[in-house]
Amino acid sequence: MAEIYLPSTLPPLFPGLPRRLELEAATVDDVVDQLDASWPGLRDRLVEPGPSIRPHIHFYVDRERAALDTPLEPRSRVDVIAAISGG
Amino acid sequence: MSRTVVLVGTRKGTFLLESDDGRRDWELRGPFCENWPVYHAIYDGSSGTIFAAAASEWHGSTIWRSPDLGETWEQSSEGLAYEADGGKNGKKMSKVSNLAARNGRLLAGVEMPGIFESTDGGVTWSLFSTLAGEPGSTEWDDPANQPPGHLGVSAIMFDTEDDARFWAIVQGMSLFETTDDGKSWTPRNVGLRADWPRPIDEVGFCVHKVVRSPVDGNRMYQQNHVGMHRSDDCGQTWTEITEGLPTEFGFAAATHPGDKDTFYVIPLDPGHGRTMPDGQAAVWRTQDAGETWHALRTGLPQQGAFVGVLREGMAIDTYDTPGLYFGTSTGQVFASADEGESWSEIARYLPAISSVEVAIVD
Repeated sequence: MAEIYLPSTLPPLFPGLPRRLELEAATVDDVVDQLDASWPGLRDRLVEPGPSIRPHIHFYVDRERAALDTPLEPRSRVDVIAAISGG
Repeated sequence: MSRTVVLVGTRKGTFLLESDDGRRDWELRGPFCENWPVYHAIYDGSSGTIFAAAASEWHGSTIWRSPDLGETWEQSSEGLAYEADGGKNGKKMSKVSNLAARNGRLLAGVEMPGIFESTDGGVTWSLFSTLAGEPGSTEWDDPANQPPGHLGVSAIMFDTEDDARFWAIVQGMSLFETTDDGKSWTPRNVGLRADWPRPIDEVGFCVHKVVRSPVDGNRMYQQNHVGMHRSDDCGQTWTEITEGLPTEFGFAAATHPGDKDTFYVIPLDPGHGRTMPDGQAAVWRTQDAGETWHALRTGLPQQGAFVGVLREGMAIDTYDTPGLYFGTSTGQVFASADEGESWSEIARYLPAISSVEVAIVD
Protein backbone atom coordinates (compact mmCIF):
# COMPACT_ATOMS: atom_id res chain seq x y z
CA MET A 1 0.00 0.00 0.00
CA ALA A 2 1.31 3.44 -0.92
CA GLU A 3 0.97 6.23 1.62
CA ILE A 4 -0.64 9.39 0.22
CA TYR A 5 -0.25 12.78 1.91
CA LEU A 6 -2.54 15.56 0.66
CA PRO A 7 -2.36 19.35 1.08
CA SER A 8 -4.54 21.01 3.72
CA THR A 9 -6.45 22.90 1.03
CA LEU A 10 -8.19 19.76 -0.26
CA PRO A 11 -10.16 18.21 2.65
CA PRO A 12 -12.43 21.28 3.08
CA LEU A 13 -13.60 20.76 -0.51
CA PHE A 14 -14.46 17.07 -0.18
CA PRO A 15 -16.29 15.88 2.94
CA GLY A 16 -14.60 12.85 4.49
CA LEU A 17 -11.32 13.27 2.65
CA PRO A 18 -8.40 12.73 5.07
CA ARG A 19 -4.99 14.38 4.83
CA ARG A 20 -3.31 10.95 4.83
CA LEU A 21 -4.55 7.68 3.34
CA GLU A 22 -3.27 4.40 1.89
CA LEU A 23 -3.97 3.06 -1.61
CA GLU A 24 -2.92 0.18 -3.86
CA ALA A 25 -1.83 2.13 -6.93
CA ALA A 26 0.56 1.55 -9.84
CA THR A 27 1.26 5.16 -10.79
CA VAL A 28 0.61 8.74 -9.67
CA ASP A 29 -2.19 8.92 -12.24
CA ASP A 30 -3.71 5.82 -10.67
CA VAL A 31 -3.66 7.54 -7.29
CA VAL A 32 -5.49 10.52 -8.72
CA ASP A 33 -8.05 8.27 -10.43
CA GLN A 34 -8.76 6.39 -7.23
CA LEU A 35 -9.12 9.57 -5.24
CA ASP A 36 -11.49 10.96 -7.86
CA ALA A 37 -13.56 7.79 -7.76
CA SER A 38 -14.12 8.21 -4.03
CA TRP A 39 -14.35 12.01 -4.04
CA PRO A 40 -15.73 13.09 -7.45
CA GLY A 41 -14.15 16.26 -8.76
CA LEU A 42 -10.89 15.82 -6.89
CA ARG A 43 -8.96 15.06 -10.07
CA ASP A 44 -9.83 18.49 -11.45
CA ARG A 45 -8.30 20.16 -8.41
CA LEU A 46 -4.91 18.51 -9.05
CA VAL A 47 -4.76 17.84 -12.79
CA GLU A 48 -5.70 20.09 -15.70
CA PRO A 49 -6.84 19.03 -19.17
CA GLY A 50 -4.07 17.53 -21.23
CA PRO A 51 -3.77 15.86 -18.82
CA SER A 52 -0.96 17.42 -16.83
CA ILE A 53 -0.41 18.20 -13.18
CA ARG A 54 -1.55 21.75 -12.39
CA PRO A 55 1.37 24.22 -12.51
CA HIS A 56 1.29 25.04 -8.80
CA ILE A 57 0.74 21.46 -7.62
CA HIS A 58 3.78 19.23 -7.09
CA PHE A 59 3.78 15.46 -6.66
CA TYR A 60 6.71 13.71 -4.99
CA VAL A 61 7.19 9.94 -4.94
CA ASP A 62 9.67 8.83 -2.30
CA ARG A 63 10.97 12.41 -2.15
CA GLU A 64 11.56 12.67 -5.89
CA ARG A 65 9.53 15.09 -8.06
CA ALA A 66 7.04 12.96 -9.97
CA ALA A 67 4.84 13.10 -13.07
CA LEU A 68 1.50 11.44 -13.71
CA ASP A 69 3.20 8.38 -15.20
CA THR A 70 5.70 7.94 -12.37
CA PRO A 71 5.43 4.33 -11.09
CA LEU A 72 4.89 3.55 -7.43
CA GLU A 73 6.54 0.83 -5.35
CA PRO A 74 4.31 -1.17 -2.98
CA ARG A 75 5.44 0.95 0.00
CA SER A 76 5.96 4.28 -1.77
CA ARG A 77 5.20 7.57 -0.08
CA VAL A 78 3.39 10.12 -2.27
CA ASP A 79 3.38 13.75 -1.16
CA VAL A 80 1.07 16.21 -2.89
CA ILE A 81 2.22 19.77 -2.28
CA ALA A 82 0.48 23.08 -3.01
CA ALA A 83 3.53 25.02 -4.14
CA ILE A 84 4.50 28.46 -2.88
CA SER A 85 2.19 30.81 -4.71
CA GLY A 86 0.23 34.00 -4.19
CA GLY A 87 0.24 36.17 -1.10
CA MET B 1 -39.53 42.57 6.56
CA SER B 2 -37.13 42.14 3.66
CA ARG B 3 -33.50 41.23 4.14
CA THR B 4 -30.95 43.18 2.15
CA VAL B 5 -27.94 41.03 1.30
CA VAL B 6 -24.80 42.49 -0.23
CA LEU B 7 -22.57 39.85 -1.80
CA VAL B 8 -18.88 40.76 -1.79
CA GLY B 9 -16.41 38.77 -3.88
CA THR B 10 -12.81 39.27 -2.75
CA ARG B 11 -9.28 38.07 -3.36
CA LYS B 12 -9.74 35.84 -0.29
CA GLY B 13 -13.26 34.49 -0.46
CA THR B 14 -16.88 35.64 -0.49
CA PHE B 15 -18.36 37.79 2.29
CA LEU B 16 -21.99 38.66 2.95
CA LEU B 17 -23.28 41.87 4.49
CA GLU B 18 -26.85 41.76 5.77
CA SER B 19 -29.32 44.39 6.84
CA ASP B 20 -33.06 44.96 6.83
CA ASP B 21 -34.91 47.22 4.40
CA GLY B 22 -33.74 50.29 6.33
CA ARG B 23 -30.14 49.49 5.38
CA ARG B 24 -28.57 51.29 8.35
CA ASP B 25 -27.01 48.50 10.43
CA TRP B 26 -25.03 45.75 8.75
CA GLU B 27 -23.80 42.35 9.87
CA LEU B 28 -20.76 40.81 8.18
CA ARG B 29 -20.43 37.06 7.59
CA GLY B 30 -17.58 35.15 5.96
CA PRO B 31 -15.13 34.47 4.53
CA PHE B 32 -16.78 31.73 2.50
CA CYS B 33 -15.53 29.60 -0.40
CA GLU B 34 -12.49 28.44 1.58
CA ASN B 35 -10.87 31.81 0.95
CA TRP B 36 -10.45 31.10 -2.76
CA PRO B 37 -10.01 34.17 -4.96
CA VAL B 38 -13.57 35.05 -6.01
CA TYR B 39 -14.10 37.18 -9.10
CA HIS B 40 -17.89 37.48 -9.13
CA ALA B 41 -20.51 36.42 -6.59
CA ILE B 42 -24.17 36.66 -7.60
CA TYR B 43 -27.58 35.84 -6.14
CA ASP B 44 -29.95 33.91 -8.40
CA GLY B 45 -33.42 34.95 -7.36
CA SER B 46 -35.12 32.14 -9.27
CA SER B 47 -33.42 29.44 -7.18
CA GLY B 48 -32.43 31.41 -4.10
CA THR B 49 -28.83 30.29 -4.63
CA ILE B 50 -25.61 32.24 -4.32
CA PHE B 51 -23.05 31.41 -7.00
CA ALA B 52 -19.41 32.49 -6.84
CA ALA B 53 -16.90 32.28 -9.69
CA ALA B 54 -13.50 31.40 -8.26
CA ALA B 55 -10.04 30.57 -9.50
CA SER B 56 -7.24 29.20 -7.33
CA GLU B 57 -3.60 29.24 -8.41
CA TRP B 58 -3.31 25.77 -6.88
CA HIS B 59 -6.57 24.10 -7.77
CA GLY B 60 -7.89 25.83 -10.90
CA SER B 61 -11.30 27.36 -11.62
CA THR B 62 -14.58 26.36 -10.04
CA ILE B 63 -18.04 27.65 -9.23
CA TRP B 64 -19.11 27.68 -5.59
CA ARG B 65 -22.79 27.57 -4.70
CA SER B 66 -24.80 28.08 -1.55
CA PRO B 67 -28.56 27.34 -1.50
CA ASP B 68 -29.06 28.85 1.96
CA LEU B 69 -27.52 32.33 1.91
CA GLY B 70 -24.06 31.17 2.90
CA GLU B 71 -24.86 28.57 5.56
CA THR B 72 -23.54 25.71 3.43
CA TRP B 73 -21.37 25.66 0.32
CA GLU B 74 -20.36 23.20 -2.40
CA GLN B 75 -18.21 23.63 -5.47
CA SER B 76 -18.05 21.99 -8.88
CA SER B 77 -16.03 22.39 -12.05
CA GLU B 78 -17.33 19.28 -13.81
CA GLY B 79 -17.21 20.13 -17.51
CA LEU B 80 -15.76 23.57 -16.86
CA ALA B 81 -12.77 23.09 -19.17
CA TYR B 82 -12.28 23.47 -22.90
CA GLU B 83 -10.80 20.02 -23.45
CA ALA B 84 -13.56 18.40 -21.41
CA ASP B 85 -15.87 19.35 -24.25
CA GLY B 86 -13.63 17.87 -26.90
CA GLY B 87 -12.34 21.27 -27.98
CA LYS B 88 -8.76 20.14 -28.50
CA ASN B 89 -8.10 23.55 -29.95
CA GLY B 90 -5.34 24.61 -27.63
CA LYS B 91 -7.57 26.90 -25.59
CA LYS B 92 -6.86 26.92 -21.90
CA MET B 93 -8.97 28.28 -19.10
CA SER B 94 -7.07 30.55 -16.75
CA LYS B 95 -9.97 32.06 -14.86
CA VAL B 96 -13.74 32.16 -14.47
CA SER B 97 -14.44 35.88 -14.68
CA ASN B 98 -18.15 36.37 -14.20
CA LEU B 99 -21.58 34.81 -13.87
CA ALA B 100 -25.13 35.52 -15.05
CA ALA B 101 -28.30 33.67 -14.06
CA ARG B 102 -31.81 33.64 -15.50
CA ASN B 103 -34.72 31.19 -15.40
CA GLY B 104 -32.73 28.25 -14.07
CA ARG B 105 -29.85 28.80 -16.45
CA LEU B 106 -26.37 29.84 -15.43
CA LEU B 107 -23.71 31.22 -17.76
CA ALA B 108 -20.04 31.74 -16.90
CA GLY B 109 -17.67 33.96 -18.86
CA VAL B 110 -14.08 32.74 -18.81
CA GLU B 111 -10.50 33.50 -19.92
CA MET B 112 -9.45 32.52 -22.65
CA PRO B 113 -12.64 33.90 -24.15
CA GLY B 114 -15.59 31.57 -23.88
CA ILE B 115 -18.94 31.00 -22.21
CA PHE B 116 -19.90 27.89 -20.25
CA GLU B 117 -23.46 26.90 -19.34
CA SER B 118 -25.07 25.01 -16.50
CA THR B 119 -28.74 24.00 -16.49
CA ASP B 120 -28.61 21.94 -13.28
CA GLY B 121 -27.85 24.66 -10.77
CA GLY B 122 -24.08 24.73 -11.20
CA VAL B 123 -23.50 21.00 -10.62
CA THR B 124 -22.27 20.30 -14.17
CA TRP B 125 -21.09 22.57 -16.96
CA SER B 126 -20.66 22.44 -20.73
CA LEU B 127 -19.07 24.71 -23.28
CA PHE B 128 -21.74 27.02 -24.68
CA SER B 129 -19.80 29.26 -27.07
CA THR B 130 -16.34 30.56 -27.86
CA LEU B 131 -17.76 33.03 -30.39
CA ALA B 132 -15.56 31.24 -32.92
CA GLY B 133 -15.55 32.85 -36.33
CA GLU B 134 -16.71 36.22 -35.08
CA PRO B 135 -14.64 39.28 -36.01
CA GLY B 136 -11.53 39.32 -33.83
CA SER B 137 -11.77 35.68 -32.71
CA THR B 138 -8.60 34.70 -34.54
CA GLU B 139 -6.77 37.40 -32.60
CA TRP B 140 -8.26 36.65 -29.18
CA ASP B 141 -7.69 32.90 -29.62
CA ASP B 142 -4.02 33.49 -30.45
CA PRO B 143 -1.96 32.25 -27.47
CA ALA B 144 0.39 35.21 -28.00
CA ASN B 145 -2.49 37.52 -27.08
CA GLN B 146 -3.21 35.85 -23.75
CA PRO B 147 -2.14 37.00 -20.29
CA PRO B 148 -0.79 39.48 -19.41
CA GLY B 149 -3.38 40.71 -21.89
CA HIS B 150 -5.99 38.76 -19.86
CA LEU B 151 -8.46 38.50 -22.70
CA GLY B 152 -11.69 36.83 -21.73
CA VAL B 153 -15.45 37.13 -21.73
CA SER B 154 -15.67 39.68 -18.96
CA ALA B 155 -19.44 40.09 -18.71
CA ILE B 156 -22.70 38.49 -19.80
CA MET B 157 -26.03 40.32 -19.65
CA PHE B 158 -29.35 38.53 -20.18
CA ASP B 159 -32.34 40.15 -21.82
CA THR B 160 -35.18 40.58 -19.33
CA GLU B 161 -37.78 38.85 -21.50
CA ASP B 162 -36.24 36.83 -24.31
CA ASP B 163 -34.21 33.84 -23.11
CA ALA B 164 -32.44 33.55 -26.47
CA ARG B 165 -31.14 37.11 -26.38
CA PHE B 166 -28.15 38.32 -24.44
CA TRP B 167 -24.97 40.32 -24.65
CA ALA B 168 -21.35 39.37 -23.94
CA ILE B 169 -18.21 41.50 -23.69
CA VAL B 170 -14.95 40.17 -25.09
CA GLN B 171 -12.24 42.20 -23.39
CA GLY B 172 -10.39 44.62 -25.62
CA MET B 173 -12.54 43.60 -28.55
CA SER B 174 -16.26 44.18 -28.53
CA LEU B 175 -19.72 44.05 -27.09
CA PHE B 176 -21.52 41.22 -28.89
CA GLU B 177 -25.27 40.54 -29.05
CA THR B 178 -26.97 37.26 -29.82
CA THR B 179 -30.69 36.92 -30.50
CA ASP B 180 -30.64 33.19 -31.30
CA ASP B 181 -29.17 31.76 -28.12
CA GLY B 182 -25.56 32.02 -29.17
CA LYS B 183 -25.83 30.54 -32.66
CA SER B 184 -24.76 33.87 -34.14
CA TRP B 185 -23.40 37.10 -32.73
CA THR B 186 -23.31 40.71 -33.86
CA PRO B 187 -20.70 43.26 -32.74
CA ARG B 188 -22.37 46.32 -31.17
CA ASN B 189 -19.76 49.05 -31.29
CA VAL B 190 -21.09 51.65 -33.72
CA GLY B 191 -20.18 55.13 -32.48
CA LEU B 192 -17.54 54.01 -29.98
CA ARG B 193 -14.11 55.59 -29.87
CA ALA B 194 -10.72 53.88 -29.80
CA ASP B 195 -7.37 55.60 -29.32
CA TRP B 196 -5.36 52.77 -30.87
CA PRO B 197 -5.08 51.07 -34.28
CA ARG B 198 -7.84 48.60 -35.08
CA PRO B 199 -6.96 46.11 -37.85
CA ILE B 200 -10.56 44.84 -37.99
CA ASP B 201 -13.20 47.47 -38.60
CA GLU B 202 -16.06 46.09 -36.48
CA VAL B 203 -14.08 45.31 -33.33
CA GLY B 204 -11.04 46.41 -31.33
CA PHE B 205 -12.94 48.47 -28.74
CA CYS B 206 -12.21 48.23 -25.04
CA VAL B 207 -15.63 47.80 -23.48
CA HIS B 208 -15.38 47.76 -19.69
CA LYS B 209 -18.98 47.65 -18.51
CA VAL B 210 -22.46 47.78 -20.04
CA VAL B 211 -25.67 48.23 -18.07
CA ARG B 212 -29.25 48.48 -19.28
CA SER B 213 -32.16 50.41 -17.87
CA PRO B 214 -34.81 48.14 -16.35
CA VAL B 215 -37.53 50.65 -17.29
CA ASP B 216 -36.50 51.16 -20.93
CA GLY B 217 -34.71 48.26 -22.61
CA ASN B 218 -33.48 50.51 -25.41
CA ARG B 219 -31.42 52.58 -22.97
CA MET B 220 -27.93 51.31 -22.25
CA TYR B 221 -24.88 52.92 -20.73
CA GLN B 222 -21.30 51.89 -21.33
CA GLN B 223 -18.09 52.66 -19.46
CA ASN B 224 -15.39 52.21 -22.03
CA HIS B 225 -11.61 52.38 -21.63
CA VAL B 226 -11.99 55.70 -23.44
CA GLY B 227 -15.18 57.43 -22.51
CA MET B 228 -18.70 57.09 -21.21
CA HIS B 229 -21.32 56.25 -23.79
CA ARG B 230 -25.09 56.01 -24.02
CA SER B 231 -27.28 54.03 -26.38
CA ASP B 232 -30.94 54.80 -27.07
CA ASP B 233 -31.43 51.87 -29.46
CA CYS B 234 -30.40 48.89 -27.38
CA GLY B 235 -26.71 49.03 -28.22
CA GLN B 236 -26.98 49.38 -31.98
CA THR B 237 -25.39 52.84 -31.84
CA TRP B 238 -23.54 54.71 -29.12
CA THR B 239 -23.16 58.41 -28.28
CA GLU B 240 -20.31 59.64 -26.10
CA ILE B 241 -21.35 61.40 -22.87
CA THR B 242 -17.98 61.84 -21.18
CA GLU B 243 -18.11 65.65 -20.96
CA GLY B 244 -18.49 66.76 -17.35
CA LEU B 245 -16.76 63.73 -15.83
CA PRO B 246 -13.27 64.09 -14.28
CA THR B 247 -11.81 61.25 -16.38
CA GLU B 248 -12.93 59.16 -19.31
CA PHE B 249 -11.79 55.93 -17.63
CA GLY B 250 -13.45 53.63 -15.11
CA PHE B 251 -15.04 50.25 -14.65
CA ALA B 252 -18.10 50.22 -12.40
CA ALA B 253 -21.52 51.45 -13.46
CA ALA B 254 -25.14 51.18 -12.33
CA THR B 255 -28.53 52.25 -13.66
CA HIS B 256 -31.37 53.59 -11.57
CA PRO B 257 -34.17 50.99 -11.27
CA GLY B 258 -36.93 53.54 -11.84
CA ASP B 259 -35.48 56.29 -14.04
CA LYS B 260 -33.82 55.58 -17.36
CA ASP B 261 -32.01 58.93 -17.36
CA THR B 262 -30.29 58.37 -14.01
CA PHE B 263 -27.04 56.51 -14.07
CA TYR B 264 -24.01 56.16 -11.78
CA VAL B 265 -20.33 55.72 -12.57
CA ILE B 266 -17.02 55.81 -10.70
CA PRO B 267 -14.37 57.58 -12.80
CA LEU B 268 -10.78 56.49 -12.18
CA ASP B 269 -7.41 57.75 -13.26
CA PRO B 270 -6.25 55.75 -16.29
CA GLY B 271 -2.80 54.19 -16.65
CA HIS B 272 -1.24 52.26 -13.83
CA GLY B 273 -3.09 54.04 -11.04
CA ARG B 274 -6.71 53.29 -11.75
CA THR B 275 -7.70 54.97 -8.51
CA MET B 276 -10.12 57.78 -7.77
CA PRO B 277 -8.82 61.16 -9.00
CA ASP B 278 -6.85 63.26 -6.48
CA GLY B 279 -7.45 60.67 -3.75
CA GLN B 280 -11.00 61.93 -3.31
CA ALA B 281 -13.68 59.27 -3.41
CA ALA B 282 -16.79 60.03 -5.42
CA VAL B 283 -19.59 58.39 -7.31
CA TRP B 284 -20.76 60.48 -10.23
CA ARG B 285 -24.42 60.68 -11.20
CA THR B 286 -26.32 61.96 -14.19
CA GLN B 287 -30.07 62.50 -14.00
CA ASP B 288 -30.42 63.66 -17.59
CA ALA B 289 -28.93 60.76 -19.54
CA GLY B 290 -25.43 62.17 -19.51
CA GLU B 291 -26.05 65.83 -20.35
CA THR B 292 -24.72 66.87 -16.94
CA TRP B 293 -22.85 65.05 -14.17
CA HIS B 294 -22.64 65.63 -10.42
CA ALA B 295 -20.21 64.19 -7.88
CA LEU B 296 -21.74 62.45 -4.86
CA ARG B 297 -19.18 62.71 -2.05
CA THR B 298 -21.04 63.10 1.26
CA GLY B 299 -19.66 60.54 3.67
CA LEU B 300 -16.92 59.35 1.34
CA PRO B 301 -13.23 59.96 2.18
CA GLN B 302 -11.96 63.15 0.55
CA GLN B 303 -8.28 62.95 1.41
CA GLY B 304 -5.74 60.26 0.61
CA ALA B 305 -8.33 57.83 -0.72
CA PHE B 306 -6.41 56.26 -3.57
CA VAL B 307 -8.84 53.43 -4.03
CA GLY B 308 -10.01 51.60 -7.13
CA VAL B 309 -13.31 49.94 -7.95
CA LEU B 310 -13.46 47.12 -10.48
CA ARG B 311 -15.96 46.20 -13.22
CA GLU B 312 -18.41 44.36 -10.99
CA GLY B 313 -17.63 46.54 -7.98
CA MET B 314 -20.84 48.62 -7.78
CA ALA B 315 -24.48 47.57 -7.40
CA ILE B 316 -27.86 49.22 -6.89
CA ASP B 317 -30.90 47.75 -5.15
CA THR B 318 -34.55 48.02 -6.17
CA TYR B 319 -36.19 49.64 -3.15
CA ASP B 320 -38.45 52.66 -3.79
CA THR B 321 -35.52 54.78 -2.67
CA PRO B 322 -32.69 52.78 -4.21
CA GLY B 323 -29.50 52.05 -2.32
CA LEU B 324 -26.05 51.96 -3.89
CA TYR B 325 -23.06 49.89 -2.83
CA PHE B 326 -19.44 49.78 -3.97
CA GLY B 327 -16.37 47.85 -2.88
CA THR B 328 -12.77 48.98 -3.17
CA SER B 329 -9.38 47.56 -3.96
CA THR B 330 -8.52 48.24 -0.32
CA GLY B 331 -11.33 46.17 1.14
CA GLN B 332 -13.92 48.77 2.06
CA VAL B 333 -17.61 48.62 1.24
CA PHE B 334 -19.49 51.91 1.08
CA ALA B 335 -23.28 52.08 1.00
CA SER B 336 -25.90 54.72 0.39
CA ALA B 337 -29.57 54.23 1.29
CA ASP B 338 -30.63 57.46 -0.42
CA GLU B 339 -29.71 57.10 -4.09
CA GLY B 340 -26.12 58.18 -3.51
CA GLU B 341 -26.82 61.46 -1.69
CA SER B 342 -24.95 60.26 1.42
CA TRP B 343 -22.65 57.34 2.10
CA SER B 344 -21.36 55.30 5.00
CA GLU B 345 -18.66 52.66 5.30
CA ILE B 346 -20.36 49.32 6.09
CA ALA B 347 -17.23 47.13 5.99
CA ARG B 348 -13.51 47.73 6.18
CA TYR B 349 -10.33 45.66 6.24
CA LEU B 350 -11.72 43.07 3.84
CA PRO B 351 -9.42 41.58 1.21
CA ALA B 352 -9.26 43.39 -2.15
CA ILE B 353 -12.78 43.44 -3.56
CA SER B 354 -13.58 42.07 -7.01
CA SER B 355 -17.36 42.29 -7.05
CA VAL B 356 -20.37 43.69 -5.22
CA GLU B 357 -23.93 42.57 -5.87
CA VAL B 358 -27.09 43.19 -3.86
CA ALA B 359 -30.22 41.11 -3.36
CA ILE B 360 -33.50 41.73 -1.57
CA VAL B 361 -34.62 38.49 0.03
CA ASP B 362 -38.12 38.13 1.48
